[in-house]
Amino acid sequence: MADHGSQHYVKIWGTLVVLLVISILGPLLGHPVVTLITAFGIALVKAYLVARNFMHLNVQPGFVGYLLSTCLVFMLLFFAGSSPDVMKKEGDNWRKPTVVVTGPLHHEAGGHGAAAEHGAGESHTSH
Amino acid sequence: MRPIANTRTAAGIPTGRLAVWWVLASEIVIFGGILMSYVMHRIGNPDWAEQAAGTNMWIGGFNTFVLLTSSLSAVLAHHAAETEGNGPKAAKLLGLTIFGGGVFLCVKAFEWTHEITHGMTIQSHPFWSFYYTAAGIHASHVIAGMVLMAFVARDAAKGLELHRVELVGIYWHFVDIVWIFLFPLLYIAK
Repeated sequence: MADHGSQHYVKIWGTLVVLLVISILGPLLGHPVVTLITAFGIALVKAYLVARNFMHLNVQPGFVGYLLSTCLVFMLLFFAGSSPDVMKKEGDNWRKPTVVVTGPLHHEAGGHGAAAEHGAGESHTSH
Repeated sequence: MRPIANTRTAAGIPTGRLAVWWVLASEIVIFGGILMSYVMHRIGNPDWAEQAAGTNMWIGGFNTFVLLTSSLSAVLAHHAAETEGNGPKAAKLLGLTIFGGGVFLCVKAFEWTHEITHGMTIQSHPFWSFYYTAAGIHASHVIAGMVLMAFVARDAAKGLELHRVELVGIYWHFVDIVWIFLFPLLYIAK
C-alpha cells in the first residue's frame, strides 16, 4: 500500500463525486457527443481513479496488471468476434431470419405491448 | 502457527492478495461478457432506447454516490488496519461500508419494485433482460461482499487477521468499478 494519508483518499472521493455530477449533468444537454464524453469517458476516468488510488493497482507487481489486461483483451476479442453477427441484419449471402415468438410467453406478456414488439422485431433473432 | 496460504509469497505478493486478483480476473470475464453483449445489442438495436427511458437516472446516480462513498470507507479501513494497526477503527469503517451496501440494495429493491409493477419485467423486452441480469449479478456481488466484510470486521475488531481488510476492500472496489460502467450503460444511454 502506498503511504497515503487518509486526506488523500477523501480528495480522490471528492474528485469521483464531482465527476459523477458531471456525468449526470452532461447528458441532460442532449448532445450525443457530449453524452458520450461525459458519461462513458468519465466512467473510464472514475474506474482508473478507483483502481489506482483505492485498489493500489499501481504498486502491485507487474504481472497483476498483465493478468487483468489479458482478461480485458479477451473481452474485446469476444466483442470483435460476436458483434458483426449481432449488430448487422444482413451481409454478403446471408440475412438474419425473423423470429416470431408464440406460445405462453407471448400471451402472458402481450398485455404490456413490449413482448409483442419483441416477438415481431427483426433485431432479436437467432442464427 | 499461521497457515501457509498467509505466509508463502512465491509470487512476490501475499498469497491471499494474489488469490483476490485471480478472482477479480475471472470476474472481469463474467461482467465483461455481459457488458459487451449488452453494448453490441444496444448498438445494433437503437430502438432499445425507448425501453431504456424507463430507468431512473437519479436513482442510479444516487446509488453510484452510495457505492463511491462505501469505497472510501473501505479504503480508510485498509488505511486504519495497515498504517495505524487499529483493528477496531478498521472494523467500524468496514461496518460503514456494509451500511453503504445495505442502502444500495434497499434503493435497488425500491427501484425494481416500481419497475416490475409497471410492467418492466425480465421477460418484457431484451433490454430489461439485460438490465435485471447485469444489475442482479452485480447486486449478488454486493451481498457477497457485505457478508465477507462482516466476517473480516468481526476479526478486525479483535485485532486479528488485519491483512484481510485490504483483501475484502480490493474486492469491494472492483464491485464499485463494475457499477461505474453499469450506470452510464443502463441509466444514461437513452
